Amino acid sequence: MITDINKSVKKHSLIFLITIFLFTLLITFLSEPFGINFISTSFVKVLGKTLCLCIAAIAMDVVWGYCGILSLGHFAFFGLGGYMIGMWLMYERTSIIVLNSLDGSQLPFTEIELQEAIGNQIFGVVGGTEIPLIWTFADNLYFQIIFVILIPGLLAFIFGWLAFRSRVTGVYLSILTQAMTLALSLYLFQNDSGLRGNNGLSGLQNIPHLENLSQSTISILFLWLSSIGLIFSFVIFNYIIQSKFGSVITAIRDNETRLRFFGYNVEIYKLFIFVITAIITGLAGAIYYPQAGIINPAEIAPIASIYLAVWVAIGGRGKLYGAILGAASVSLLSSWFTGGNAPNIPLGFFTIEWVNWWTVFLGIGFVAITIFSKGGLIGMLNTLLVKIK
Amino acid sequence: MKYLLIILFSLLSFNSAFSEENFNNFLFKNSKLIINSSSKTVGTFLEKINVYDQNTVSRFLNLWKNKKLFYIKETKKIVLISKFDNKTYYAIDIFSNAKIGKMRKKDFKKIKPNSGVRAKISSALVNFQIFSNDTNKRINSINALEKKILPEHLKLLRKAFLLEEDDRLKIKIKKLLQFAILQHGADDNERINVLNELKTNISLEVRAVLSKLLRTSEIKVTKNIEDLNNLNIAQIIKPEVMSKKQFGEAIKSFFYKEKLKLSVIDAYKIAQKNGFLDKRVSLNELKLILENNIVDNKILGIDIKEFNKNSKRIEVYNKLAKIKNLNIYRDETELLNDLKQLHFYKVYIEKNKYITNKTKQVLDSINFKVKFYKYLDLFIDGLSLSSIYFLGAIGLAITFGVMRVINMAHGEFIMMGAYTGYVVQLYITNHTLSLIIAFPLAFIITFIAGVIMERLVIKHLYKNPLDTLLATFGISIALQQLAKNIFGTQARPLTSPYWLDGSLIINDDLSISYIRIAIFVLGVLFFLILLFVMKKTRFGLETRSVTQNPVMASNMGVNPEKINMLTFGFGSGIAGVAGVAIGLFSKVTSELGSEYIVQSFMTVVVGGVGSIWGTLAGASLIGFLQKFIEWFNPSNTLAAQTYMIIFIILFIQFRPKGLIALKGRAANDN
Repeated sequence: MITDINKSVKKHSLIFLITIFLFTLLITFLSEPFGINFISTSFVKVLGKTLCLCIAAIAMDVVWGYCGILSLGHFAFFGLGGYMIGMWLMYERTSIIVLNSLDGSQLPFTEIELQEAIGNQIFGVVGGTEIPLIWTFADNLYFQIIFVILIPGLLAFIFGWLAFRSRVTGVYLSILTQAMTLALSLYLFQNDSGLRGNNGLSGLQNIPHLENLSQSTISILFLWLSSIGLIFSFVIFNYIIQSKFGSVITAIRDNETRLRFFGYNVEIYKLFIFVITAIITGLAGAIYYPQAGIINPAEIAPIASIYLAVWVAIGGRGKLYGAILGAASVSLLSSWFTGGNAPNIPLGFFTIEWVNWWTVFLGIGFVAITIFSKGGLIGMLNTLLVKIK
Repeated sequence: MKYLLIILFSLLSFNSAFSEENFNNFLFKNSKLIINSSSKTVGTFLEKINVYDQNTVSRFLNLWKNKKLFYIKETKKIVLISKFDNKTYYAIDIFSNAKIGKMRKKDFKKIKPNSGVRAKISSALVNFQIFSNDTNKRINSINALEKKILPEHLKLLRKAFLLEEDDRLKIKIKKLLQFAILQHGADDNERINVLNELKTNISLEVRAVLSKLLRTSEIKVTKNIEDLNNLNIAQIIKPEVMSKKQFGEAIKSFFYKEKLKLSVIDAYKIAQKNGFLDKRVSLNELKLILENNIVDNKILGIDIKEFNKNSKRIEVYNKLAKIKNLNIYRDETELLNDLKQLHFYKVYIEKNKYITNKTKQVLDSINFKVKFYKYLDLFIDGLSLSSIYFLGAIGLAITFGVMRVINMAHGEFIMMGAYTGYVVQLYITNHTLSLIIAFPLAFIITFIAGVIMERLVIKHLYKNPLDTLLATFGISIALQQLAKNIFGTQARPLTSPYWLDGSLIINDDLSISYIRIAIFVLGVLFFLILLFVMKKTRFGLETRSVTQNPVMASNMGVNPEKINMLTFGFGSGIAGVAGVAIGLFSKVTSELGSEYIVQSFMTVVVGGVGSIWGTLAGASLIGFLQKFIEWFNPSNTLAAQTYMIIFIILFIQFRPKGLIALKGRAANDN
């Protein structure tokens, strides 16, 4: 039995691994620095960011599609991951700039002078010069990477522990998670939150110590990093789902009360899934924001998390590749249609401008998928394949 | 009779002409004084002017003060100037407005009284106007006095208070007289009497005058503590070593406000300025001096690479200082020791100790009363915020509270209501009438929208609330974008009728805008209507039966499908009506609804799902809580919202069913 599952896990993961690997390889050969310069750097970045969103989407799929917890706050973890890595990126880069600018003075500067200059550079916009306590480890990449894992994990643990312990379930939990991400974004909007208020962290696309590399090279590096991240999280989640642990989780989704009567400690299972998905989402954010270049509190507004759920639902929940399909297709199509690239459709009496009408059609299409195809796009494809056979 | 009148008229005009003539002559004689006026010389001139006709003189003084006067260089005659064309100007007589002659630019010059002179003129003007026969002029002059009372006005005000016959003006003059006595009076007993009279007055003006009496000097310093005995000391200040303000501790600064303190560095500066201590060497100056003494990348034989620590810099500097006979660097704790022999203090500008004590006492008793009004104001703020939350959540109380449908498009129904109000106003310009039409129209439109949505979407999803959440979110973003396409992204005005402008002013600290009262009344009204419909009508009974047990309800002859449809429509309609009300005080944009959606759900959840009373309780809790948290730090509403939401998250942990939890069979389903 166990060997069976292992086989299936390996097969699925292998297929997926190869697909993503080939895709990334293809993009690399089409890119500017390593290939025939067919696609632009900005499009490579878009693809890299989309891969990161796919990571968040499969995490969302695990927590919602498999475990039945509709979290409308997972983007908060995504943003937190971005903030944690952004702190190092910004601090390190500023300190390099400051060191260069102070090169002219005669005496070597003291630690305090250095701190003041960096503080002034980073926090000048919010009227401060002091470096806040939460930036204590910002000069150390390894510490910040640990924080990328630790902080979203800790928030998820505290929130999940409180919520699951008092058996808040279903829509109540959804509303509560939404409140969590709203509270976090409101807190970060304050100027004295220590994370530059609504200015957010910026200039993240300039990676310190990699100044010699061009942006196009960096974009390819991050594309690889993103796809490795996606493969890594897919393997982990696939393993979890296919194991016995995964069956328990699916059972929680289907009938939590019965499972509780069987003697399972349901709360621990839910908490584990909630925390692990939060950590993976945080990591995804940490890879996403250096490509986006800027992070601010508006990113973690409640609507972002709802969109995450929308992608998963459109792609097809309960299937990991469904989540990936949904996230990739909807986010890419959205940026294509709202970017003004799509041709308008003249109807004679009225012209459909996609910039204005895409969201309307997206909303309606989404309603249709929720009502008519519970399996999302993947479900539709499956039924189509069955019919053809 | 006719002749008589003519004679009388000519006499009168002659008389006035005569006085103008006189004044003109007087001016001509004193023109040098006017042209080269200084605040010292102008006093005597202004005293002499008293004997002439009041109107003429005050007109002249006004012109003078407002820098409208010119003089002809040759004759020193004072005139007005009007421009004819680029090169020529007309000189105009001040009183008759007759053109005297053409001039060129170099022939005349502007009279520019300096600020001291102008102040003297204005106070002289008061003198003319406060005793004028024209009530309006008297009112004007008193209003002018309100802005600034000078010592010389005290006498005037005393006289005016005795002479004034208009009762309302007399009260005003009395108030000004009291203020004048307090600020400029010589007799301390009189001032104390006035202080006693003002005890019960809590207006802002009185508080301003009283705090003026308590003005203090800058921080002073002395070596001898006995110096302080004869002074009216406001405060003795001890300098302290201050930790730098830690930034990024939003939570700490929110609940804890630091008092103004005197840092060691500032104290040292004051002491140094007063000659008690030598000049201090700051770290920056120290660095500069060190840099000036670099020889071959070395300072006193020590390589400059080692100077990356303050301790090293100070050590080497002090050696250098001994050699070069400079001041030695001292850190803050050493400075504090130096400062211990000195006394820093502030004195009141008012010399009489008894007066300042009494003023403090009166001000305290006034502030005590003011505090009461402040709390009342806070309470009213909480009440109106609660009514806003209630309005936002009231439709949800039906669709989510009673039917358990998670309608993420609820906010868009509010938005539709607000836009309905806006569109009605486009066609009906009478704001009262348009509002009367907008309320039922908004209900009808959103009712229909709700029914359509229920039939097309929600009907299929009753068994799965999470799917409903997502489907209605789809509708929400589609509706929002649709509104953006139709009405644009900029805010549309939904103007409230004129009788809702302004506010009910109770005193300086407490005023309630009528719109807030209206929102509160509407909230109460909606609550009562909702309660009536749900508890007392057949429709309400059927709704409750269907939501509790649809199978049994249909066995009893209730059509669950129809009831579900109507109930959802009803809830949506109520949301639309609330939208009109919300549009009255907030901007009508396509994002109006999304601002309310999360808070609205929280309101219903906190209050307790399934009970209209619960929604009321939830709105009150959230509204008052937010205002209460805001009260700690009024400038930071973001933080207040954050802590409020965190509180709600914690609250739900301990009362997952909300404030008012349903009991019995109604609470069965989850």
